[in-house]
Amino acid sequence: MGNEAIARGALEAGVNVAAAYPGTPSSEIIENLAAVAKERNLYVEWSTNEKVAVEVAAAASFAGLRSMCVMKQNGVNVASDFLLHLTASGTRGGIVLVSCEDPGALSSVNEGESRYFARMLEIPLLEPADFQEAKDLTKWAFELSEKIHNIVMLRSVTRMSHASGNVICGKLPNRILQARFVYDGSLTDPLTGPVISTPVGVKHKLQQDKLKTAKELFEKSPFNKYIGPKKPQLLMITSSACFLYSKEAVSMLGLQKRVGILKLGCTWPLPEKLLKKYLRLTNKIMIVEEVLPFMEENIKVLAASYPKEIGVKTFYGKIDGAFPSVGELNPDMVAEALAKIMKVKYKTPPTVYAQELRKVAAVIPPRELTFCPGCPHRASFWNINAALKLDGREGFICGDIGCYAMAALNPAIGFHTVRTLHSMGSGTGLASGFAKLDMFGFNKPVVSVCGDSTFYHAVIPALINARHNKADITFVVLDNAGTAMTGFQPHPGLTLSAVGETVPAVDIGKICEAIEAKVEVSDPFDLETTTKKLNAFLAEKGKLKVLILRQICALSPEKKGKKQYEIKVNEEFCLGDECGCNRLCTRIFRCPALTWDEAKKKAVVDEVICAGCGFCAAICPQNAILKTEVAAS
Amino acid sequence: MKNLLAKDPTNVVITGVGGQGNVMASRVLAGMLVAKGFYVTIGETFGMSQRGGSVMSHLRISQKSVWSPQIPLGQADIIVALEPSEALRVISRYGNPDVVVLSNCRVVYPIGVITGDDDYPSMKKVKDIFDKLTASNRLVDATSIAMELGNPILSNIVMIGALAKTALLPIDRRAFEKEISRNVAADKRGANLAAFDAGAKMV
Repeated sequence: MGNEAIARGALEAGVNVAAAYPGTPSSEIIENLAAVAKERNLYVEWSTNEKVAVEVAAAASFAGLRSMCVMKQNGVNVASDFLLHLTASGTRGGIVLVSCEDPGALSSVNEGESRYFARMLEIPLLEPADFQEAKDLTKWAFELSEKIHNIVMLRSVTRMSHASGNVICGKLPNRILQARFVYDGSLTDPLTGPVISTPVGVKHKLQQDKLKTAKELFEKSPFNKYIGPKKPQLLMITSSACFLYSKEAVSMLGLQKRVGILKLGCTWPLPEKLLKKYLRLTNKIMIVEEVLPFMEENIKVLAASYPKEIGVKTFYGKIDGAFPSVGELNPDMVAEALAKIMKVKYKTPPTVYAQELRKVAAVIPPRELTFCPGCPHRASFWNINAALKLDGREGFICGDIGCYAMAALNPAIGFHTVRTLHSMGSGTGLASGFAKLDMFGFNKPVVSVCGDSTFYHAVIPALINARHNKADITFVVLDNAGTAMTGFQPHPGLTLSAVGETVPAVDIGKICEAIEAKVEVSDPFDLETTTKKLNAFLAEKGKLKVLILRQICALSPEKKGKKQYEIKVNEEFCLGDECGCNRLCTRIFRCPALTWDEAKKKAVVDEVICAGCGFCAAICPQNAILKTEVAAS
Repeated sequence: MKNLLAKDPTNVVITGVGGQGNVMASRVLAGMLVAKGFYVTIGETFGMSQRGGSVMSHLRISQKSVWSPQIPLGQADIIVALEPSEALRVISRYGNPDVVVLSNCRVVYPIGVITGDDDYPSMKKVKDIFDKLTASNRLVDATSIAMELGNPILSNIVMIGALAKTALLPIDRRAFEKEISRNVAADKRGANLAAFDAGAKMV
């Protein structure tokens, strides 16, 4: 896996400290390092959020050690404030920021782009184009960072991080380093003085000189390479997984003798001499990249500076519409764009077979994303909706980031009442704002939700804001005992560290009580009690109220495959279409395990996928869903 | 060495519904092939897509080089499906007249079918489509076999056993044994081997 290769590269570089906040597609990097932490003498942690992760890694760098911080694209936004100061103060031991991005938002609520941060932060940016490079480039990133004394950014994407391929491993070093933080030198000497970003004039100049050094190194880097003819008719410039797509597109179209590919592993700052050399080869330049036209813009600026040396170019990329401006690419999309420009045939004309395929496509039922069977979130949103409906003032939920964000994705589902969804922690900040609009005639009750891991990551400041500014909100913590969406990484609410040690848990309820919120705890599978508590909260005005809904994720290692209840539909009680409930259980509740028997016209449980949570028994007006407690083995 | 692949790269899609063990199946298959010296690139979607959605692993198997983690449209050579409508979904995008399909026949209904908004094609219709659009195909009742062995999740390994028996890829029982001795906990190896053997018997 690309992420395993990145972890291996860090180990071969002798990384000492690694810190991260989980986020798809980045999480496996830290998991792999945590697994060998003892053996390799590493300090590995899951940090509260990405900004703290960079700070923890930076401390190790200041003390002369090698360190790494890892995050998904959105994490770079969170960490950016510290990063903007860190790149000015400079670093000492090699430090690498790994950003794993998600073009096409396969597992995200945006397809944010962090390459622009490298330009804004004035730091080098590296992008591996295959699995071997994911390892090798990571290793080199540490050396580069140590050479220029600044943090280096390595960018991966889902199709690299979560793809797998062959990698030849190198040696693991055997060096034992002592942490040593020197700060007695002059303020203007970043290697011996205090590590600070001032005096700004001096430090900013130094920062830019470091970038120039990196650029010189990039000119000769083996991670930038050209494949193709000496005189290509068109030059593709690409990086990351797009290199593999470009290579495949050229081979699909049989254009190996007409098209060249310049693959860049070092994408900021651009190696100018190298680019000039290859831009000279032809006047048709195609830039293949995902999300925003980062390389395209930078290459165009470079080309504009040397018109006499390299000639006038026609560029094909995102800006002229050769490629779509959003979403991820694949070999077909690159082949289609290339075929158009090179005037070659891409697809054979429609055959009978292709027509048949289209007919098949029309009969396949779509498969919408949904909460898993036994997911506590389905029950939680059912509870909140029940309370809001009883309350009758058209209240709504401000959502947050986690699996529970799915309650915002399809507003047609009646009990999914999440109406805002942004970055981590923003749901409660927005709720705090909505609650203050009463002076402008806005009087709907406002509920915000967040998961347990999200609570620690970014919700606490928003919650304190709500309390201090007397915002009347009902805040619901969907506590499923882990960072479930990304694979059950531990968080500060648990007694387990990244490497499996026992650590103190920080209690969500106690934090809320400390700011004098009114706190209650309930089990979301207990419909009656939970709805009662929520109703009481909605009725109580002028206060910050916190309901912690505690139930472990159905996929968690401790719960998976273990049913609490055997669930069966009593066919005598189920009235089917005649009931008048309008198939509440199958049409509205939408649990994949509670299905409809077309022949009998009654509900039926799929025993293979039912997780045995028993919540559906509470919603059937006929009490036709029977739950029998499974004896604990 | 002489090329053991009928086509280079050989493109395999393993598909199913989140939670059926798609990723595990692709890892096991790739592991067996890498151990034999092949380049294998796997492209996967998981994360949010895991939550009840369609999942797909693309395997590019080559004796020469690394390929892109996404198979071009119409270029699957083998499709292994843990759920029949997912087999159709993959055929509709990656199918071609030479494709071979192995599919579990156990249905996992999409929510839209449960709510009554969409129709699920009958198994007869599924088989007709397979017969019309594939070079060869086989439906295997992998989930039932796996349940007889004690755990429905083993259906992924039943399908791998069936795939091995087809001899479309250079993998066999010994390679599987070696692979699980590396990557599966000792107490689970017996059940995995039994699932592999049961799958092989179905072909």
